[in-house]
Amino acid sequence: MSTILEVEDLRVAFPSRQGPVEVVRGVTFDLGRERLGIVGESGSGKSQTGRAILGLTPPSGTVRAKRLQFEGIDLRDASAATWRRLRGRRMSMVMQDPKFSLNPVMTIGRQIVEAYARQPDAPRSAARDKAIAMLEAVQIRDPARVFDAYPHELSGGMGQRAMIAMMLITEPDLLIADEPTSALDVTVQLEVLQILDELVRERGMGLIFISHDLRLVSSFCDRVLVMYAGRMVEEVRADRLHEARHPYTRGLLDCLPSLETDRRPLPTLQRDAAWAR
Amino acid sequence: MSTPPGTPIEVDGLSVTFGSGAGALRAVRRVGFVLNRGESFGIVGESGSGKSTVLRAICGLAPVSAGQIRIDGAPVRTPRDAAFYRRVQMVFQDPYASLHPRHTVDRVLSEPLAIHGFGDVEARIEQALADVGLGHGFRFRFPHQLSGGQRQRVAIARALILEPSILLLDEPTSALDASIQAEVLNLLDALRRRRDLTYLLVSHDLAVVAHMCERLIVMRNGETVEELSRADLRARRARQDYTRDLLTASRGFVREPA
Amino acid sequence: MSAGTTREWLLSDHPESRRQARLGQAYRTWSQLRANRLAMVGLGVVVLLMVVALFADLIAPFDPLRGGDLRTERLLPPSFEHWMGTDDQARDIFSRIVHGSRLTLMVVALVAVIATPIGLAVGTTAGYFGGWVDIVLMRITDIFLAFPRLILALAFVAALGPGIENAIIAIAITSWPPYARLARAETLTIRQADHIAAIRLQGAGSLRIIWGHVVPLCLSSVIVRVTLDMAGIILTAAGLGFLGLGAQPPQPEWGAMIAAGRRFLIDFWWVATMPGIAIFVVSLGFNLLGDGLRDVLDPKGTK
Repeated sequence: MSTILEVEDLRVAFPSRQGPVEVVRGVTFDLGRERLGIVGESGSGKSQTGRAILGLTPPSGTVRAKRLQFEGIDLRDASAATWRRLRGRRMSMVMQDPKFSLNPVMTIGRQIVEAYARQPDAPRSAARDKAIAMLEAVQIRDPARVFDAYPHELSGGMGQRAMIAMMLITEPDLLIADEPTSALDVTVQLEVLQILDELVRERGMGLIFISHDLRLVSSFCDRVLVMYAGRMVEEVRADRLHEARHPYTRGLLDCLPSLETDRRPLPTLQRDAAWAR
Repeated sequence: MSTPPGTPIEVDGLSVTFGSGAGALRAVRRVGFVLNRGESFGIVGESGSGKSTVLRAICGLAPVSAGQIRIDGAPVRTPRDAAFYRRVQMVFQDPYASLHPRHTVDRVLSEPLAIHGFGDVEARIEQALADVGLGHGFRFRFPHQLSGGQRQRVAIARALILEPSILLLDEPTSALDASIQAEVLNLLDALRRRRDLTYLLVSHDLAVVAHMCERLIVMRNGETVEELSRADLRARRARQDYTRDLLTASRGFVREPA
Repeated sequence: MSAGTTREWLLSDHPESRRQARLGQAYRTWSQLRANRLAMVGLGVVVLLMVVALFADLIAPFDPLRGGDLRTERLLPPSFEHWMGTDDQARDIFSRIVHGSRLTLMVVALVAVIATPIGLAVGTTAGYFGGWVDIVLMRITDIFLAFPRLILALAFVAALGPGIENAIIAIAITSWPPYARLARAETLTIRQADHIAAIRLQGAGSLRIIWGHVVPLCLSSVIVRVTLDMAGIILTAAGLGFLGLGAQPPQPEWGAMIAAGRRFLIDFWWVATMPGIAIFVVSLGFNLLGDGLRDVLDPKGTK
């Protein structure tokens, strides 16, 4: 398996009144052409991990790492030009809510074409056909209509599909999806995941799927990293999730109410200060 | 607290329409259900199904265009009177939006007491905080000094401080982390048993509703799809396709063989 | 209590009393504001204005109204004895500016005290109730907004008669509409918030909701706006004075002083320039403070 991304000892810190606070503390993993899930609760640093890989850490934050390599390119001190060459073309990101990541005053089609035209060797004439084909690929039934639509004219699920189309039209090697389906209804959620799954498989991309939903991630990904207070507490194969050893992972799995069994009171997570150490 | 007579909530043929003419949005259409005392009843649906609008219509935050709502056997009055608010209270979805950002917990809890002219404010506030598992140390904090779970506990304390018999819960845990959700669900469960409360809970999460409610209705596009019991839900006995879709979706992602 | 423990007490996340919670909140706002150097400069100017106004009698070396010898002390250039020179009535300009700060401060304070509550009350009421209340109140506001402020103030002063008190009333009457607009816009978003629905479900009446829940949230942005407007208010007051409709001679109002000095601007520049500098400095001070307050108080800016 070829490695796309190597991350070793990634640390992200933000200044605060009490001095710098590390929100990501020593995250290490390699990513091949596979689906990797990063799971954690709010404040666990999962989103900041994804942003740091794409160089999208807010300016007040500092990113340090022993190694942060994308296909042999060192991302740690990448210039603005390097980022321009990489972002949107070879690595992309899908955010939680399409409402905030699509430009509201531009048609969907223009945004996709623009994303496509950012590639140096992309023939402009083919852009429209390519965009419509991509909209078809994310199973939008009426791609021509959506092409000319504005974001507010689309439902949440449609918007997220358009977003995915836009992010994947350049056929990136790495896609980071930060809670891509959390704003969607459950039934739509699964359709979007289905599309994502097929695209990742067909195109051989690496996918980092960031989510708070341990069950969803484990049903979708090959491997799962569990984060707590900025640390990686556990890495497990998704199909072996029930064998997870760390009490935090176990607690997260356990505390969800389930349709099948009636447990009352629900087991709650007893946090241990040692986990964060 | 004496038990009031009659069924706690009866909703009959409820319709809610926003706007009028061609742009009218019929958010709820002819929805009806009856709650028994001490029962917990669920409304399940996706966004836009009108499930939250039903709750808002009951407490007067959304206009009722047709149908009737009876609380403890008597039809509600519009606008709702003080007696209504002492019987029915609501907990909102987003604990970050449902607490006033410039008011301390103390103010949040003392205001309803002042409105309704309750005595021994001190003791009631301390008791309310203790009931939701927050100590005295939280009393003079501002919302920004609280975590999401603590905020939701304050919101529950606020709803209970007037000693209502009915609690409307609008997605009370969907903005919370899974581990915090368990704590809040346990708290709601315990409070219901201790105080003999009647719950009307709205959620998109079938597992949460199965855990909390004895009976439920499934809503879609403003209409009732079907009514189920907890046992039906657990056994996945659904009569309608839509409910079956929801049940399937709740299992998580299933990869179709390539 | 030593300084360290006072600070800890203020910043405690576990306040023990209402007072501690409130003081702690105020202290946090203050320390944020203190970190903004320009805002502190602005605050310094505003405080200086207040001190000068308060102790004008002690600071001013000469009588602001009665000049010296008209034959020998008219239109003297700035010197060691007359820091800012003298005017055509042989009055010490520095003393006049010092005493004029009282008038400026009075204008600023009275306009703030009159216009802010009117704007808040009209805006929050219109925004909270909506419907025809909104339409009526906002159309009235629009009528006021339709005229340039100075022109409207001129009309009012012309009707009320010239004088500093009438000028203040005129400025106050003309400056509330923007605050009403702002408060209404804020109220429209606040009205939708769950915490307003929650307090309604507690059975609170409209007055309690508007006063206790909506106004505190609008207040900060209105305060910011009022502070930023102070420069404009001072300039309007000066403009009215300049046109002879504000403070009447021999009152040392800065605008009127500029008007008086304009006649000898070429030969005796300091007569008009010195009060001009005073207006400029005070206006700038209020602007800087307003900018700083916006960073600290405006809920939209933070986060």
